[in-house]
Amino acid sequence: MRHAQTVFRLAVPAAVVALTAACGNGDPDQPGPPADAPQEMPFDVGTAGDVQGMVLFEGEPPPSEPLDMASEPDCAAMYDEQPIREGVQVSDGHLQNVFVYVKEGLEGMDFPIAQDEVVIDQEGCRYIPHVTGVMANQEFILRNSDGLLHNINATPQVNRPFNISQPVNMDTRRSFAQPEVMIPLRCDVHGWMLAYVGVMDHPYHFVTDANGTFDLSELPPGEYVVEAWHSQLGTQEQTVTVETGEVAEITFTFDEGMLAHADVPMADPVDPHDHHHPLDVRARQLGQHQGHNHGEATHGLR
Amino acid sequence: MNASRTPGSVSPLRVGATLVLAASLFWPSGLDGQEAELQRGQEVYDRWCASCHGFEGDGLGPAAGYMIPRPRDFTTGLYQIRTTPGGELPTDDDIMRIIDEGMPGTTMPGWENQLSRDDRRAVLEYIKAFYPPFETLGEPEPIDFPRAPRVSDDVLAEGRLFYDSIECWQCHGGQGRGDGGSAVEMEDDLGYPLRPADLTQNWRFNGGSSVEDIYQRIYTGLDGTPMPGHADLIDAGFMTEEQLWSVAHYVRSLSPDRAPRIREVIRVERREPGDVPTGVDDERWDEVDSFYIPMVAQIIISPRWFDPSVNALWVQGVHDGEELALRVRWSDPSQSPDPQWLEWQERILDVMEPREGDPVEPGPRPDRLALQFPPNIPEGTERPYFLMGDARSPVYLWQWQSDEDGVETAAARGMREIDPFPGRDVEVDARWEDGEWQVVFRTAFEADDPTNEVEFEDGTAIPIAFFAWDGDNGEDGTRGAISSWYFIHLEEETPPAVYIAPIVAALLTVGLGLFVIARAQKRERLAGEEAGPGDAGTQPERAAPAT
Repeated sequence: MRHAQTVFRLAVPAAVVALTAACGNGDPDQPGPPADAPQEMPFDVGTAGDVQGMVLFEGEPPPSEPLDMASEPDCAAMYDEQPIREGVQVSDGHLQNVFVYVKEGLEGMDFPIAQDEVVIDQEGCRYIPHVTGVMANQEFILRNSDGLLHNINATPQVNRPFNISQPVNMDTRRSFAQPEVMIPLRCDVHGWMLAYVGVMDHPYHFVTDANGTFDLSELPPGEYVVEAWHSQLGTQEQTVTVETGEVAEITFTFDEGMLAHADVPMADPVDPHDHHHPLDVRARQLGQHQGHNHGEATHGLR
Repeated sequence: MNASRTPGSVSPLRVGATLVLAASLFWPSGLDGQEAELQRGQEVYDRWCASCHGFEGDGLGPAAGYMIPRPRDFTTGLYQIRTTPGGELPTDDDIMRIIDEGMPGTTMPGWENQLSRDDRRAVLEYIKAFYPPFETLGEPEPIDFPRAPRVSDDVLAEGRLFYDSIECWQCHGGQGRGDGGSAVEMEDDLGYPLRPADLTQNWRFNGGSSVEDIYQRIYTGLDGTPMPGHADLIDAGFMTEEQLWSVAHYVRSLSPDRAPRIREVIRVERREPGDVPTGVDDERWDEVDSFYIPMVAQIIISPRWFDPSVNALWVQGVHDGEELALRVRWSDPSQSPDPQWLEWQERILDVMEPREGDPVEPGPRPDRLALQFPPNIPEGTERPYFLMGDARSPVYLWQWQSDEDGVETAAARGMREIDPFPGRDVEVDARWEDGEWQVVFRTAFEADDPTNEVEFEDGTAIPIAFFAWDGDNGEDGTRGAISSWYFIHLEEETPPAVYIAPIVAALLTVGLGLFVIARAQKRERLAGEEAGPGDAGTQPERAAPAT
């Protein structure tokens, strides 16, 4: 059955049509970059300095977990050896897939939207790369190189979600409007497929590779809080001062003990007590309109 | 104005709302009107919606744990049923449609006949206020969906091809029964287990049953669920809008033309001696009417179960005066016990309330079906308690389960007191294929043990009730799906007199009519001759009434 369907999939003429051709923004109603987005950096680049460093892992990394694709033979067939689940990937003490970004210190500065092409590929029934950084309103490409059905289900908390179907080799462009750390992407057809997108309102972000190094270059001089985020080990912050022409070096160190108690800021469980009551929200809006606050009065009604 | 309010209840909310409303009359701004509407919305919401959707709109009301799918969390701003593109907010009309009509296949009822229009408008505004971007983003533009193009066999064939090529079957299954390979790991945006729609039951589609509804769902996707939108496939040139329509038509064609009617009596057709179907594959079943039996959760006897996966059975019956055969079919996404579904079982047992009785561990459980009859054909309308009888009035059971051969006959005095006994032979043939169980029961009319077993008899209506369990959904014992009492009516042999009598009656009628006419004509003629030509017709003699 499944083989027959695969054959058919290849036989559909439209499927062979250049689906990888740029199809533009798949959703015409998706808001594009704002018209007033700046074209130039909001500071004198000649005064910039760099932050560089490394993310280390101390102790015994957890054993790599095999990724069982048996439920999808078409995926399993793409591997000679059993693939390994993305997780705490450490080589020579260097930690991979850490999202390092400037968390504080750039407030009030408007940066031009990055123009580099960002691709999140679905290859071998996994997302490559596992972690990606983009700027708000920067289009990125969701690519299906597998030629079998994936859906890409983005479940942000701040941004609006999307959930699109890619049954064949194709590209779809999407963007997120608001900064958010981190947005999970999932494939509901292949439950193991998981990727993260960090959305920034500036270009100072980096995802570590097997060397564990990162490079946040051309920052305006000043003091910054830099955060390192890992999907299983949680986050760490450091404060760093950038001076013109200088390279400030910092090192983040995660350890095996963090695995059990990591607080990963993303898709936090819903806390029923953490929501503003609608009347509070509306009252605030109304209060702003009228120059006084109805908050107290509406509370009294409950 | 609002018939649903309890008369005489004057809550502080109402006093407050009235005061604000009164104050707004003297305030020049219309904003206070908005606030009054929100307060009215809150009053309606807290009374009618909050027990499921939560007082804070977070979908965590006290009843939420008893439901799959879970109630909508309004604070996330995710809505499944929209006429707007994937990821966008719904229009007011989209939300109002769900308030009015409810969501079939879920616990959400329609409120159109329960709440006044003003109350529904107010609660709509209140629901939107749980997600502030409704205010900041403004009302979205709906997509201008056209009416459905015509359907034909070619359209359906093309729809099936695209159903395959865009891999709908991955979740919905090869025959659309929600049994695709990925179904086992489905979850909603909050991580709760979720079933792909059974496409053979369009009357349970939560966004509506028409082909237009289906097209819109495929096009925009169902936000907050694994169902993606497919508009990008049109934009990318992979398929045309017409081809997407063909998929919608194909999906629509998997369900009956009309939603099934519930009929209390299952007609068991009479066949010639020896002409009773033997197994599930017997082609003779194709000619026999199917009767729809809705199944509901067993929520009366503890431990209760609020999420049965079997929601309907289709029953057919045939007899030949000596033997009875019943075929029962139902959608079930797995052939339990299936080790691949253990993960689903863990997840569903983990989230479902209430946790009554001993803790339930995930494990291999078979699918099961039980047919229940009274031990004797009742004289009046009284029947045993429909949940397997009680101590005073037992029932006679046929119990089939997927991991054993044959049928066990038993006498039950309640769901916990089931005593098997060797009764009449009941042959069984069962098969699971493409997300559907088919089980045929076949037995003699005559009972081996007439005290405990009903004797089947043509021309009578015999009570019957059904129980079904999906083992991979963690169901067994009192945790399963039940029906109320129905009847099987075994058609009587038609005596020859039934065919001859109408012919005789017709002949007699015609003969008598001709006789009366002839007699009347004769009298008229005689009368005319006696009266002479001048008086003809002035005093016609009445024909004697025919006797």
